Amino acid sequence: MSQTPSWERTRKEQVKIEEETDPSYGCLPEKRTLDQHIRFGLINLDKPSGPSSHEVVAWVKRLLRLKHAGHGGTLEAETWAGAIQWLPACYPSP
Amino acid sequence: MVTGVLPLALEDATKTIQAFLITGKEYVCLMTLHGDVDSKQLLRTLEEFVDDIYQKPPVRAAVKREVRKRRIYSIKDIEVDGRQVLFRVSCQAGTYIRKLVYDAGEVLQVGAHMRELRRVRAGSFTEDTISTLYDVLKLSQSSGADREELARRIIVPMEAAFRHISKIYIRDSAVSAVCHGADLAVPGVVRLTEGIRQNSAVALFTLKGELVALSKALMSTEQVLEAEKGLAAKTLRVVMPPEVYPRMWKTKERALMLT
Repeated sequence: MSQTPSWERTRKEQVKIEEETDPSYGCLPEKRTLDQHIRFGLINLDKPSGPSSHEVVAWVKRLLRLKHAGHGGTLEAETWAGAIQWLPACYPSP
Repeated sequence: MVTGVLPLALEDATKTIQAFLITGKEYVCLMTLHGDVDSKQLLRTLEEFVDDIYQKPPVRAAVKREVRKRRIYSIKDIEVDGRQVLFRVSCQAGTYIRKLVYDAGEVLQVGAHMRELRRVRAGSFTEDTISTLYDVLKLSQSSGADREELARRIIVPMEAAFRHISKIYIRDSAVSAVCHGADLAVPGVVRLTEGIRQNSAVALFTLKGELVALSKALMSTEQVLEAEKGLAAKTLRVVMPPEVYPRMWKTKERALMLT
């Protein structure tokens, strides 16, 4: 197990082959259309005290009229179950 | 009582949630001691918890109550005022701070409870870029240029969550195959993060920096660099829709058509 959290470690990249990408497909994440920006977007939300993480997700979902939304890492014990059970051994904390 | 950084994933980005669940967290915690404790002894005790610790999830937890090992990376900025103790703790995902405080109280023999907790970091998300529910409300009520401006400020591309996660950048020609569920073969790799080990979590990215899929490495960084063929990563969760990049792989029918 690592002694330092992931954000304090700098990790370089190794190049296997020089290769370019065709601009006719896909787009830079920051150049997405507004719809796509929302569809592939995240909100770093300040969870207020009171409602559960789950309730907060439900509010945001209703406010922004989303079909799907989810939160990463429950604040306060509640619905960890599904997530933790899914976590396979290959996703240990980095 | 518990507030702070809660990364929310919208629509298709919901598929990336597993990535947040594994990242380390940082909290500011207010602990109340149930008796008077010598401050030197208190500091020494808290210091002892900066290690691999063993925790049993609390009774109310929804996970199986099995003792599990979690890493406390640091406990710092400790301030003491009588029986109130404030500190910043950085830890592995899935650490119960409430339990940590309770256990510290037991070690100190006076008992303690967690009075307040604020999460100040989850992986690459910190308080610097945080938005409130009120911001979201404003966004929901806005339109036109206002909506565009607010949405760009409040919502970030899902790729932002992967700053500290191992990545493999793949060729355009490999993207569609992965989007259709194929595992990544070595010839599809362009560059990759150092330190990837077999079975470690990796995210597959396009050369434009778009997230394609969450995978499990089947080779280490060194092995991928040396190999000429073989599978580099097993695709676990595809995030990019399959139609974004063109199909480049050969099928029996297409091979026949070309001949």
